[in-house]
Amino acid sequence: MSIVLPAATGSAATFEAVSKYSAPTRRPIEPVGRYFLAHATRTLRGHTWSEYEKLEAEKNVTVVEENGDEDIGDEEQDEDLLAHDPREWKTADLYAVLGLSHLRWKATDDQIKRAHRKQVLKHHPDKKSASGGLEQDGFFKIIQKAMETMSDVTKRQQYDSVDTNADVVPPAPKSEYDFIEAWGPVFASEGRFSKKQPVPSLGDMNSTKEEVDAFYSFFGKFDSWKTFEFKDEDVPDDTSNRDHKRYIERKNVAARKKLKQEDNKRLIALVERAYSEDPRIKLFKDAAKAEKAKKKWDKEAGSRKAAEEEAAKKAAAEEAAKKAAEENANKKADSKKAKEAAKNAKKKAKRTIRAAAKEAEYFGDAAKSGDIDADVEYLVEKLDDVQLQTVSSKVAGGDATVTKSAFNEIAAELAGVGKLQAAHLKYFSA
Amino acid sequence: MFSSAIAVANADGKVDVIANPDGDRAIPSILSYVGVDEYHGAQAKAQLIRNPTNTIINFRDYIGKKYDEVDISASKLGAPAIQTEDGNIAYKIIREENKTEIVTVGEAVRRHLIQLKLAAEDYLGNDISEAVITVPTDFNEHQRTELVKFAGEAGLKVLQLVNEPSAALLAHLSATENKLLEDKTYVVADFGGIRSDAAVISVRGGILTELATAHEPHLGGDNLDDSLVEYFAKEFEKKFKVDPRKTARSLAKLKAESINVKRTLSNVQTSTCSIESLAEGFDFHTSINRLRYELTARSVFGKMTSFVEQVIKKAGLDPLDIDEVVLVGGTSHSPKLASNVSFVFPESTVVVAPTLDPKALDPSELICRGAALQASLIESFDEEEIKESLQPIVVNTQHLKKPIGIKDAEGNFVPILVAETAYPIKKSVNVTNGTNENVIIELYEGKRTIKETIIEPTPVSDAEDLDDDSDEEPEIQREVVYETGDLLAKLSLKDLKPNSELEVIVNITQNGVLHLSGRELKPGSVAVKGEITSA
Repeated sequence: MSIVLPAATGSAATFEAVSKYSAPTRRPIEPVGRYFLAHATRTLRGHTWSEYEKLEAEKNVTVVEENGDEDIGDEEQDEDLLAHDPREWKTADLYAVLGLSHLRWKATDDQIKRAHRKQVLKHHPDKKSASGGLEQDGFFKIIQKAMETMSDVTKRQQYDSVDTNADVVPPAPKSEYDFIEAWGPVFASEGRFSKKQPVPSLGDMNSTKEEVDAFYSFFGKFDSWKTFEFKDEDVPDDTSNRDHKRYIERKNVAARKKLKQEDNKRLIALVERAYSEDPRIKLFKDAAKAEKAKKKWDKEAGSRKAAEEEAAKKAAAEEAAKKAAEENANKKADSKKAKEAAKNAKKKAKRTIRAAAKEAEYFGDAAKSGDIDADVEYLVEKLDDVQLQTVSSKVAGGDATVTKSAFNEIAAELAGVGKLQAAHLKYFSA
Repeated sequence: MFSSAIAVANADGKVDVIANPDGDRAIPSILSYVGVDEYHGAQAKAQLIRNPTNTIINFRDYIGKKYDEVDISASKLGAPAIQTEDGNIAYKIIREENKTEIVTVGEAVRRHLIQLKLAAEDYLGNDISEAVITVPTDFNEHQRTELVKFAGEAGLKVLQLVNEPSAALLAHLSATENKLLEDKTYVVADFGGIRSDAAVISVRGGILTELATAHEPHLGGDNLDDSLVEYFAKEFEKKFKVDPRKTARSLAKLKAESINVKRTLSNVQTSTCSIESLAEGFDFHTSINRLRYELTARSVFGKMTSFVEQVIKKAGLDPLDIDEVVLVGGTSHSPKLASNVSFVFPESTVVVAPTLDPKALDPSELICRGAALQASLIESFDEEEIKESLQPIVVNTQHLKKPIGIKDAEGNFVPILVAETAYPIKKSVNVTNGTNENVIIELYEGKRTIKETIIEPTPVSDAEDLDDDSDEEPEIQREVVYETGDLLAKLSLKDLKPNSELEVIVNITQNGVLHLSGRELKPGSVAVKGEITSA
């Protein structure tokens, strides 16, 4: 019966604090029990109730998940296995017998126990004979043998050692395959026999050289716990023939040794093959080669630079020399031209000056043309290049007075510097 | 005499109490030396008769104590306790070739723990390096650190020291599913060999709080043995005119046999007592029935009962407040003790003892079972975390002084939070509004009263019984009743349909703020909230 609340008297406030509750007493609580631990965790971590409950709830979920594999051992055995001769139980696949062929060496003790229980329920002779069949306990015997093997750590190791069904077959040589995809499981399965755990994984195409090297060196020095007792020939139990018994025992030991050696050889061959086919190794080799070339290139950089500089210098020098020669030639040609031009100009000026008197019609003194020409000739002889140009430009106008005065001026100028004897002049006056 | 027990918790939470190689699960904490040999447990106990001066007994309570501080009479039957130069306690033992060896208390503890460790290692088949050890509540800080030190010397790292009554109660509560979560008040009464301890412990939300403890250093199984010794000695004297109490050896023989007789009488109605050559060559054969024994030891049983009453008084409670009494220790096997204790309490109180409840755990193993449970709980924590958890800031917690509850339509107090609950608390109750459209939730503090109702004796028709006076007295039935005390807060909920489900949540945080909230239990409803503080 639930508690009934009293009716409200219609107060407006929905909550009203009336008084304080009694002061608490401080007491030590006993640090025992899981609720104390919960309290401690809450206090130390400062969790509130809901946070704590949330964390606890999360924990519960994982617990539930762990109990997940309920269908363990539900696998069906095939006809051949069910009809297997119990005397030849060693040749049967004992994991398949227990319905654990998907787990094999990975099956935990608990899983084995549960799977065995299921198989017993399914294949118990009582059950079989009830359904009509007789002499049907063959498979049951194998189940018991399988359990006997699996429940003993040593025996299980011995069986796992020779359980080739759990081995992953490497890809056929000279076939096209993805290296990582094909070899990864092979080495993962080989790794289970290692005494040293954890076993490095094959990695992927992006693994570094160190990782790959570590992987191959691990498998190169592989220390396996594989033993081959399971393949022993049964030692006769009777005490009648001791020699025969010892003979068999010796033979077994020798056989085991041989098998172990063979297995080691097989593994070495396997690792060598994988190494030779590993595309990463090729990549690393190429990378190493490229690296080496680059190093060499770098190492020679100094001398190469010097040679380059030398060549550049040489080229530059050649260039310079060529340029200089060209310039020289140009210069030569230019000076020749200039000289010629100057000569021509001189000639022209001389011609102008010589013609000037005639053009000025000898200043009205045609009679004295002989004197004038002689004077002009004399002046022209004495004039330098610059004066020639000045005079020629002055006289070029053809104006008689200007020409005459120009001649007079230049004659006076020349006489002034002592270049010409005024006395020699017949017409012009200095 | 002190005894020790070792236990281990399995992965599935079941506890196994480990028997030592002699097959004893309650291992006497005794060490005895004969020549080069060291005896331990029951074998050492047997040496008490022939070789008492080389047999160390009752050394536990001397741990971490000076000679002047203790009553050394506890070791009078074994090797005498002597004072060392630095004031500590030691025992003088004579070993081979009359060489004397001084065994200090610490050394005795170390050797004892090594023996226990060996026994446990034998049983488990692997090495043991860590342990949870229980101590009486009156062990002081120094004694605790000393014990941890001695255990360390014996190769055991002490993960935690647990108080004995808490460990016993934990074991008792863990035996039944969800019992730990019931809010109840317990008395844990531990009747040991030479001392008795009792504690009142409240369990609230799975957290244990000791409300009071009491100790009686000279009360225990030894007193029961002594009364039997006295009884037999008188018998013997009557027959042979020889006092067996005069020689230590006779006394030791008589005592050893008395212990056997006492134990036998816990299970059957009569027991024989036969000692060959008890004194002056006379053999002693007699038999005793349980009634005779209980009469002989009546005063001791009386003391034990009043001791239990005393601790309840110390806690400021009434026997009515106690929900269960857990009897611990070897003496709790005595049927008389259990029945006497149950007479102190009302009928509603359960007394847990093997004679009253055949399913009860062995009282001499309860404590160590609790320790094993605790060990299995803290095993997954690192040392640092355990240490942190035991800090006062975690352990010392505010406890609610008075119960807090609401008033129902009839005006009765309905408790939600029980007194002595450690903070933080969160509790909710589901209520209904009945036919009211608007309801008020009134939060009250509870007021404790004891209601006495007098039940008139049913008239006895048989006239012959009339001269028995006790039947004439009217029986008074007492009952603890809570009434509404101070009103703390009011909260009203409005516009409700008839008979809707309502939830009232009361929550007190670590820092003592009380949150009250009420809401209708339907999707989308808005809770009405408010908070108050403590005075």
